[in-house]
Amino acid sequence: MGKVVEKLVYERPKSLTDAHTHYCPGCTHGVSHRLVAEALDELGIRERTIGIAPVGCSVLAYYYFNVDFAEAAHGRAPAMATGMKRANPDRVIFTYQGDGDLAAIGTGEIVHAAGRGENITVIFINNAIYGMTGGQMAPTTLEGQKTTSSPMGRDISIAGHPLKMSELLSTLDGAAYVVRHSLHDVKHIRRARKAILTAFKVQLAGLGFSMVELLSTCCTNWKMDPVESLDWLRDNMVPFYPLGEHKVIDAVKDL
Amino acid sequence: MAKQLWKGNEALAEAAVRAGLVAYFGYPITPQTELLEYLSGRMVRLGRAFLQAESELAAINMVYGAACTGVRTMTSSSSPGISLMQEGLSYMAASEVPVVLVDIMRGGPGLGNIQPSQADYFQVTKTSGHGDFRPLVLAPATVQEAVDLVYEAFDLAEQYRTIVIVVADGNIGQMMEPAEMPPMREINGDRPHWALVGADGRDHRIITSLELGAERLEALNLRLQRKIARVKREQVRWKEDKTDDAEILVVAFGTMGRISTTAAEMAWEKGIRAGVFRPISLFPFPAARLEELSQRVKRILVVEMNAGQMLEDVKLAVGKDYPVEFYGRMGGIVPLPDDVLEAVERVHTEL
Ligand SMILES: Cc1ncc(C[n+]2csc(CCOP(=O)(O)OP(=O)(O)O)c2C)c(N)n1
Repeated sequence: MGKVVEKLVYERPKSLTDAHTHYCPGCTHGVSHRLVAEALDELGIRERTIGIAPVGCSVLAYYYFNVDFAEAAHGRAPAMATGMKRANPDRVIFTYQGDGDLAAIGTGEIVHAAGRGENITVIFINNAIYGMTGGQMAPTTLEGQKTTSSPMGRDISIAGHPLKMSELLSTLDGAAYVVRHSLHDVKHIRRARKAILTAFKVQLAGLGFSMVELLSTCCTNWKMDPVESLDWLRDNMVPFYPLGEHKVIDAVKDL
Repeated sequence: MAKQLWKGNEALAEAAVRAGLVAYFGYPITPQTELLEYLSGRMVRLGRAFLQAESELAAINMVYGAACTGVRTMTSSSSPGISLMQEGLSYMAASEVPVVLVDIMRGGPGLGNIQPSQADYFQVTKTSGHGDFRPLVLAPATVQEAVDLVYEAFDLAEQYRTIVIVVADGNIGQMMEPAEMPPMREINGDRPHWALVGADGRDHRIITSLELGAERLEALNLRLQRKIARVKREQVRWKEDKTDDAEILVVAFGTMGRISTTAAEMAWEKGIRAGVFRPISLFPFPAARLEELSQRVKRILVVEMNAGQMLEDVKLAVGKDYPVEFYGRMGGIVPLPDDVLEAVERVHTEL
């Protein structure tokens, strides 16, 4: 018998705890958690990182990240992150926020954090719905999309148009790196992973505000099975929310 | 240090700097704005964090973020701004991070006006956010006292891991008076055992106000209540003047306490024995001492720049059968000593 060579191809990132998450089966929060954790591991910054959880399905993210963590009031994570970063410029600070959190109740805080060029990283989970409260319309809900508070489908004449946050924030001079990616298949997940890594590098280089928007699923409130919801994301959200680099300042390209 | 002439708001700001303020976040609002303006230069020159936030909502949450990392941090505002900060105050109370807040009250409700007022007594002592919590509330009557209280407030906030509100009205914020500054404290880099600084060589730490289990949330509440009980035992503060052989006791806080002291002197000249009881800690309210004094005097007269808010705490302290009179003005009107004297005389004729 020859020697068995073990090669480790997959393990839990150090930046994740071994807690079981409360997320619904098929939810992409787990994927985005892992991508963030891998980035922290790869950059060797776990020990000096502080995360901020939002109000929303990822409110308990602090149990899953093996990182110092605070929990913000609904929408206020960018303000909290600002306070942390200003008082501790040598720490790495990131927020993890849903679309209700970031694009509705917390619109003011995210716009001004980006405008100031706050040197923080934002992971923005756009699942086009309010997950935690049971599937109400979000500012990102698509036209015609049915939710518990738009039962006939989002009517633009009543609810207005969905907000494209990456595009909006890209117009601000303080934004250094604003990109949108999708988690609907492996190819896209890999791209998202690279973007998250870049976003943290932007912060480490002190270049200013960085945000990665991740188009995500919510099988439970979309009332679809996991595979259907990935397809729905691809066929409906991706066309409306163009993927790619919405704002990348030159200094980021040199990283 | 010798006494210097200081404007109240700027004196409060400098005292905070000397107490070791690391990060200030605020939003302009009269009659508090000079505090923010003063710090915008002073903090930056010292290499400390200063940021003018986009709103009071953002400011208080910036403070919350900085507080989670265990540094000395504060904000300041005035009545409408404090309303916006209530969300953050509630979260901070629940997660037990220390914070100092200066409230320079103005006339309300609504946008009200920018004149001095004490109409937010309820807001700071009883309704500063949702849920069961009580900040420690300190009310100075002079610029010197404001300086001393804000300097000490940071220690108290850390000692109890609580919110300390230094509450004054526009008079104290705006007027100039001689005051002596306390010495400059070194900022030591040490962070408390609960602070978030990065999980280096230890388990990760979490600061949250969320407790999903009813039992666990009740346990948190019980802990907060024990802390409040401790504050009640240890931090009751007041000042008395001519209470020894008074027949009428004027109870007033902040600016009105000071004006009432002048009025009491005038009363004595007219042969009316009036003493003054000035609560300094509005929460915890100095109820026990007030109750004691009420046994010695014949009448209590509460004087406030509001419709009678502290009045409720006074009545609670002395009981419903005790004769408590009230004189108050609203809308930013500051009673003069003569006005208070008149109220004292009115009470005296009824004796
Ligand atoms: C001030 C305030 N308003 C409303 C709520 C109720 N609430 C909790 S989560 C949530 C929606 C979160 O949706 P989103 O940010 O899209 O995150 P998701 O749950 O979809 O991950 C709302 C409205 C709250 N907790 N606080």
